[in-house]
Amino acid sequence: MKKLLLLGDEAIAQGAMDAGLSGIYAYPGTPSTEIMEYVQGSKMAEERNIHRMWSANEKTAYEAALGMSYGGKRAMVCMKHVGLNVAADPFMNSAVTGINGGFLVVSADDPSMHSSQNEQDSRYYGKFANIPILEPSNQQEAYDMAYEGFTLSEKYRVPVLLRITTRLAHSRSGVKRREVLPQHSLNLPQDTKQFILLPAMARVKYRILLSNQPNFREESLHSPFNKYFDGVDKRMGIIACGLAYNYLMENFRNGSIDYPVLKICQYPMPIELLKKITDECEEVLVVEEGYPFVEELIKGLLGTGVFVKGRLDGTLPRDGELDPDLVAEIFWKGKPLPHKTPDWISRRPPMLCKGCGHIDTFLALNEALKDYGPGHVFSDIGCYTLGANPPYNAIYSCVDMGASVTMAVGAADAGLFPSACVIGDSTFTHSGMTGLLDAVNKNSPVTVIISDNQTTAMTGGQPTPGLNRLEKICEGLGVEPDHVRVMVPLKKNHDENVKILREELEYRGVSVVISRRECIQTASKKKRAAKKSKKTNT
Amino acid sequence: MKTDIILAGVGGQGILTIATAIGAAAIKKNLYLKQAEVHGMSQRGGAVQSHLRLSSRPVASDLIPRAHADLILSVEPMESLRYLSYLSEDGWLVANEEPYKNIDDYPGMETIMNEITSLPHYVLLNADQIARKLGSPRSSNIVMLGAAIPFISGLDAALMEDGIRQVFARKGEEVVEVNLQAFRAGLQISEEKIKKI
Repeated sequence: MKKLLLLGDEAIAQGAMDAGLSGIYAYPGTPSTEIMEYVQGSKMAEERNIHRMWSANEKTAYEAALGMSYGGKRAMVCMKHVGLNVAADPFMNSAVTGINGGFLVVSADDPSMHSSQNEQDSRYYGKFANIPILEPSNQQEAYDMAYEGFTLSEKYRVPVLLRITTRLAHSRSGVKRREVLPQHSLNLPQDTKQFILLPAMARVKYRILLSNQPNFREESLHSPFNKYFDGVDKRMGIIACGLAYNYLMENFRNGSIDYPVLKICQYPMPIELLKKITDECEEVLVVEEGYPFVEELIKGLLGTGVFVKGRLDGTLPRDGELDPDLVAEIFWKGKPLPHKTPDWISRRPPMLCKGCGHIDTFLALNEALKDYGPGHVFSDIGCYTLGANPPYNAIYSCVDMGASVTMAVGAADAGLFPSACVIGDSTFTHSGMTGLLDAVNKNSPVTVIISDNQTTAMTGGQPTPGLNRLEKICEGLGVEPDHVRVMVPLKKNHDENVKILREELEYRGVSVVISRRECIQTASKKKRAAKKSKKTNT
Repeated sequence: MKTDIILAGVGGQGILTIATAIGAAAIKKNLYLKQAEVHGMSQRGGAVQSHLRLSSRPVASDLIPRAHADLILSVEPMESLRYLSYLSEDGWLVANEEPYKNIDDYPGMETIMNEITSLPHYVLLNADQIARKLGSPRSSNIVMLGAAIPFISGLDAALMEDGIRQVFARKGEEVVEVNLQAFRAGLQISEEKIKKI
């Protein structure tokens, strides 16, 4: 069969579909977004009627996927690493309930924080939940792991975590497909109490999960994804996990490496193989993308056993993404570079697009607040977070999805006035609505500015769950209709918008200002599509 | 054979389209290929790059090691220099002359041009101007792709033209045709430059 040129994300999507996937659930988040987008654009998904709609957030996505698994069908839920925090509750508990139809959890980590607030390592979540983890080293493995992950999941009736990182998620390579499997049909769990985690039943289920741990290790020992390559030079053994294996091999291009190498791509770690490499070699180097997860486990807190090198002793940096150069430096001091990047090159950070509605919102807000001094505006996660940069300097926080609303409430509790926040439409429906309900219930003097560009813009313009319903949602949560205001962020409306914002900022109760203008990226995309369809019609 | 290419530019300038076209051609030729892209936040007017690796043997790393790139292909002059440490000793730098100034502290053009022209192997062209002349300003990235082809061993112009047809097919025959013209215009400039040396 011809190879497909796929991103790591797309390889996962194709692998899952070929394995008989019936539903994918997700909320967009870099670097995981392209998994869902690939399924949505696929003809196969349409023919097979695979569920492929975005969810309001990662928790709702996770639970819906679990519901599909309850129905006996294969389900996958995808998110970025911090999305797994949002879905952590169902994640931890689904390890205890177990699954019915095969269940794959994809978490895409972002070391070096290219588009994220932290660089947490999802493997800890897998260990936390006591479930198997798969970590592909390349696009083909991403495909194969998605494909086989369902089998593993169904064999032990547990969710399986598939962990990738930015570099693999967004890198393309040739991928060979396998036989396309049929989808499962509706088939409820045989044990009608399987999904009821009442304490007495939860204790039983948890013991089943624990009793499976040796089986998971046995699977890792015989997994085709874990490999032991012998080497003649036993002064050092190398453990390379996931993508880091490629960075290691890049430095031994002829394929011959004198040290024994243990490639780990499936967890829990195969103890026999770890024992073999630590027994045979004088010291062990661990190369892994993310936190020193394997390194710390092998080394132990006291560091009294095997001599281990890695991120903890400074052999590799403690934080940030790995690359082939960082790995090269372990083995030899590099030759001086033939060309150097000049030091006068200016930084070019991301910025709001020319003509973006967020700009007009920030300019109006800055003017409305100018007499109060800095520090009054909390914000959230989306394109508008760039309002933190000059020339706007308009916001003072960006912590997690929805936190702008609740932090404004807490700061108002502390006596800050006015206390305001700027949150996007999609972020608001993701996790802002419950915070607004808190504010209403205690009549908190806060102003929530929903910068509504009618799309999930930052991740590429996915649909927004509360489209054209934000006023109704806010009123439904109990905000006084007189204090749900709408403005259009355009230069010509500046004075009027400043007036609206001032009035609401000065109001000693909950107010919402919806600043609504469509994202110029999605607007121009629509315009181009309309032009094209007009052309083809005539 | 192997060709390691750094593609550089500013978010929105179309370097991913270049990468996709090369990728489509390489797969046809049964070459091994890895192509790392930048998605997400940086796409909003920030500096973006893509590492593209073609080889007759399997490729290990998705990222190119420093001093290993055979070619830096940049659709923006200052951005061509941002990744200079990746260029191999004998590597080529192919850059668009037209600056994209969306920052206040953009360096002087003379400084940039001096740095580029002091390299042993470079091609400079104004792809925007060429694309405008063809009546398709958006095709300047494809002009740059054309200029890069002589430096990508393993791929030839005919194969690349198939790649371009494939990438633009869904946009209609008119778009395909103007991009093929853009491609040939860029190719011609590099071929002339090579003839001179």
